[in-house]
Amino acid sequence: MEKIHKQAVIIGGGPGGLAAAVELKKKGIQDILIIEREHCLGGILRQCIHDGFGLTRFGETLSGPEYAQRFIDEAREAGIEASVDTTVIGLDRDRTVTAVSRKGLVQYQADAVILTMGCRERTRGALSIPGERPSGVFTAGVAQAYINLKNKMIGRRAVILGSGDIGMIMARRLTLEGAKVDAVFEIQPYASGLPRNIQQCLKDYGIPLYLSHTVTKIIGEGRLRAVEVSRVDENLKPIPGTEKEYPCDTLILSVGLIPENELSLMAGVELDPRTRGAVVDEFYQTNVSGIFAAGNVLHVHDLVDFVSLEAERLARSVASFLEEGLPGAGIQVETGGYVGYTVPQKITGRQDAVLSFRPRRPLRGACVEIRQDGVCLVKKKYPRLLPAEMETITLPASKLISDSSIKVVTSGE
Amino acid sequence: MNKTFTCILCPNGCEIRVQLDGTEILFADGNKCPKGAAYVEQEIKNPVRNIASSVLVVGGTMPLCSVRLTAPVPKSRIFDVMEKMKEMKVSAPVKAGDVLIPNVLGLGSDVIATRNVERQETDA
Repeated sequence: MEKIHKQAVIIGGGPGGLAAAVELKKKGIQDILIIEREHCLGGILRQCIHDGFGLTRFGETLSGPEYAQRFIDEAREAGIEASVDTTVIGLDRDRTVTAVSRKGLVQYQADAVILTMGCRERTRGALSIPGERPSGVFTAGVAQAYINLKNKMIGRRAVILGSGDIGMIMARRLTLEGAKVDAVFEIQPYASGLPRNIQQCLKDYGIPLYLSHTVTKIIGEGRLRAVEVSRVDENLKPIPGTEKEYPCDTLILSVGLIPENELSLMAGVELDPRTRGAVVDEFYQTNVSGIFAAGNVLHVHDLVDFVSLEAERLARSVASFLEEGLPGAGIQVETGGYVGYTVPQKITGRQDAVLSFRPRRPLRGACVEIRQDGVCLVKKKYPRLLPAEMETITLPASKLISDSSIKVVTSGE
Repeated sequence: MNKTFTCILCPNGCEIRVQLDGTEILFADGNKCPKGAAYVEQEIKNPVRNIASSVLVVGGTMPLCSVRLTAPVPKSRIFDVMEKMKEMKVSAPVKAGDVLIPNVLGLGSDVIATRNVERQETDA
């Protein structure tokens, strides 16, 4: 089969892919192709009709579709080629991209491949909730697509498991559409979504949030009739005797997102078990030369603005890669204390590096340090650190004292 | 009286601690920007919210067009505004930014489309 040559193939036309494409073009890369499996570009933003997007990237607050449209318009004006209704089914180490659509099978040979496939949702199966198998159990994103794109109301009385942002946004959406949302249950002792969403999606509508609670049984034949909820102990195990039944016809699951990396694995891209995304250097290059990743496929973001900014940084390094190549990154970034992970996981040390991270639990008045050879290079104080909020810390290249690995830790560890 | 507010104006979600005498703010801290202080004042006197929903589209490639308000409305009127949006039907094509309901319920805020919906071409 004859391969079509492209300078850059971008897999996924959501916010990450669109921002990368537009920025690549601005950097003078002409021969770009976006491959998107859906009929329209825009990715998950198409169904996120609530506002609150764009404050960082555009300085104003927009709804998801408006945010996406800005990039779609820019991509169109720049004449960037996009192949929609097309699914990538193969990716090789040598950057061969195999895609299928109604027109048939196509193969591309790319100088650079950009992975921006985003995430998918964790489902009931991943949680192993006991009980029956009635209809009426939805992941938050599926519920959102039904209501906001397909004009299908999914139920009248709902309970939400998991305090992720999409779950809370769906609690508000269902309430506005006339359904009764009885409660949100969260297994952790803290909320997993942003504080502003707890206020504007739950408290505003009098919807209680129960921490350290989970659904322990699904009840109903045909359609969901009730869920059984239990309190959990500090090891997140249900406490016998605390079971309580909540009548409902709908259960929404907002229990986490999983980066969609099947294609990355096919190409031999190494994944980080903490982020479930690729291990990358500060150029967003994976361990496979010429394959780059950004956005939710790399690590789950809480704000689309940061996805766009990350994809734009990626695009600038892809442009450098195509023009003059990139140096190797030899300095490993380790983590300790309550720092759960960092992206990137390795750096060159030749330029200043911005490290994104999340804490493993909520902390107040915490200090985060970057250490090398036992010496503190950078120290930054954070009044509040939440697992729901991605933070950054900058390491100026001039601070490095050797070529050995660095460690990002919470102080006192 | 002491009260804590979570500012909803941006993703920072600042936790603002306020000392109140009735509706008078004696002292506030925790906000990273001046908008936070204005938010708390508004929240005490007359809380307002922006809402997003969708309206039915006739003859479009999509059954719905997403909408939002151009300015926030009093919290107590959210469900009245939702009723107006539910009654609304627009004919395709719709363009993002189109004003679908000007000055909804006299609240000084317009309902605008937030996406394009093309007309569905039917075979004659």
